[in-house]
Amino acid sequence: MSEALHLEFEVAGNNFVSAGGASDEVKKTLKMLGVSTASIRKVAIAMYEGEINMVIHAGGGRAIVDIYRDRIVIVLQDNGPGIPDIDLALTEGYSTATDSIRDLGFGAGMGLPNMKKYTDEFKIESEVGKGTTVTMVVNFV
Amino acid sequence: MDKSIHTVMLDRDKCKGCISCMKRCPTEAIRVRGGKARVLYDRCIGCGECVRMCPHQAKLPIYDSFDKIFDYKYKIAVPAPSLFGQFNNLKSVDLILTGLLEIGFDDVYEVAVGAELISEKTRKLLESGKLKKPVISSACPAVVELIYMRYKGLADHVIDLVAPAEVALKLAREEAIQKGIPKEDIGVFFISPCPAKGFALKNPVTSAKAVADGVLSISEIYLKLLPVLPKIKEVKKLSKTGMLGLRWAASGGECLGIDNDKYLAADGVENVINVLREMENDALSYIDFVELGACTSGCVGGVLNVENPFAARARLRSFRHRLEPMKNALNVDEYDEEFFHWDHEPEVKDIFRLDEDFGMALKKMREIEEVYSSLPQLDCGQCGAPSCRAFAEDVVLGETTIDKCQQLKNENK
Repeated sequence: MSEALHLEFEVAGNNFVSAGGASDEVKKTLKMLGVSTASIRKVAIAMYEGEINMVIHAGGGRAIVDIYRDRIVIVLQDNGPGIPDIDLALTEGYSTATDSIRDLGFGAGMGLPNMKKYTDEFKIESEVGKGTTVTMVVNFV
Repeated sequence: MDKSIHTVMLDRDKCKGCISCMKRCPTEAIRVRGGKARVLYDRCIGCGECVRMCPHQAKLPIYDSFDKIFDYKYKIAVPAPSLFGQFNNLKSVDLILTGLLEIGFDDVYEVAVGAELISEKTRKLLESGKLKKPVISSACPAVVELIYMRYKGLADHVIDLVAPAEVALKLAREEAIQKGIPKEDIGVFFISPCPAKGFALKNPVTSAKAVADGVLSISEIYLKLLPVLPKIKEVKKLSKTGMLGLRWAASGGECLGIDNDKYLAADGVENVINVLREMENDALSYIDFVELGACTSGCVGGVLNVENPFAARARLRSFRHRLEPMKNALNVDEYDEEFFHWDHEPEVKDIFRLDEDFGMALKKMREIEEVYSSLPQLDCGQCGAPSCRAFAEDVVLGETTIDKCQQLKNENK
C-alpha cells in the first residue's frame, strides 16, 4: 500500500549497547508525524521489549515497520531457537534468561506479557529450531 | 516568549563557518548558512554545548554586565553554590559572601537556601505518593526544555517545582522589603553558572513574572572578587546554608537531599538523552527520582564557571564536611503552594512535527526517507546540516536544496 511508510532495521545480537536503536528511530519518526504521546508510549514499550528479546534469545533479527494513517504494524523476525511453549512464555514472570543476562538487569519475565499488554493486536508464531515472528499492531489514538 | 533573545549569540567576525558547534549540538539546532553558524532558536535548549565546542570563541553566552547592579540602590547578590567551587583552599562560604559586599553589593542571599527548601518540598511530595514515578527534577532549565520539546511523553514526570535560584531570589526580595527598603530600590542579581538558568529567570518560562533583575556570570564575579578577597580583614557571618544546599552544585547533590536511595543522577546532555530514551521505554520503572543536568558534572560544569568541573567539585568537597548538614531556619509549610510551584508549564512548540495533517506528514516522511537513501550518509556536514538525515529533512521542508550536498556533486563530476 503506497500510503504507508515502510521502515526496516537490523537488530544486532548480543549487543546491548545498540539495543533499542530501532525503537528509538521509530519513536522519532512517530513524533515527527505528530502521533499522540499515548500511542508513542505503547509503541516504545512494546517494540523495545521485542528488540531486547531478539538480542537476548535469538542473536538478533529484523524489525519491519509499516506506519499507516491510523496504526503502526511492527513485525519482529528472528532465526533464533524458537519458543517451545508460547502460552508459558506469555506468563508474567516466566523467564528462560541465563544468569549472566539477568545480571545485566534483563530477563524478568515481563517481555512478552508487556508486548501483548501494550499493543492492540499481538500475534506470535514460532517454530523450534527455525525462529520466531512477532506481529504487533498499535492503533493510533 | 521571544526566542530571538536567547542564551547564546554569535560573534559574526569570529565565526569561520566551521562545523564544530553544529556537529555537537544535541538537538540539531545549528545550521551553517552563508558561512556562518546560525541557531534555529525554536530548537535550542540553551545547554551551552556550542559555547564549549567553538574553537574560535565565536559563541558567546548571554548574561548581564556587572555594572547593571548600580541601577539599583539596594543590590542583593544571589550566588549559585557553584561559585564556591571556583576558589582554591577556601575555608568558608562567608569569605566569598563578605567579598560580594566588598565589590558593591548591599546584601547577599545564597541560592543554596532555596535548594534546601526545594529538597524538603521534593521529599514531601515524593512521600505523598501523588507524583508519577520516576519523578524528574526540574532544576536544570535546559533539561526541562529538552523534555517539553522532544520527550513530551515524559512531561508529566517532571516535578513542577521552581528552581532553587527562583526561590532564593524571591526570598531575597521579600527580606529586603521587610527591612523597609522601597521596592523600586531593590535589585536582585543571580550569579549564574550557565546562561540557561539566567534566561529562565529573566523570562517567565514557568513563572507568572520574571524574578531576577539581572543575571551575572560566575566568571565575571570571580574576576572582581580575586583582588578583594586577600584584603578582607573581618569575615562576616552571613551564610544561611549547610552542606545539603551546597551539594546541589554537582551532579548527584540534589538526590542526596531527598532521602531516598532509589535515585538516578545523570549529567552531560548526551547522557541525559540516553536516560530519557530509556524512560520512554519504561525501562527505569524501579527508580523513584531522576536528577538530570545538561552540563558535565552538573552545575559546576556550566559555561559561565572558571574552574573545570572536576576541580570545582573537588574544591567543594574540601570544605563541605565542615558545614552543618542543613542550616535552614525556614519552614516550607509556612509558604503558599504557589511559592514553590510553577505558574504554568513551559510553552514549547511542537517543532519536529512535519505537518499538521497526518497524511501530509506521512508523505513528507516518505520523501525524507527517499532523499536520505540517495545521500552518501557520511554526515560530513559540508552542506551546512549536522547529518545526512537532518539534511534530508531540511530538503523536504524546503529549507535547503539537494545540490548543497558536496559529496553528490563530486560523485557526479
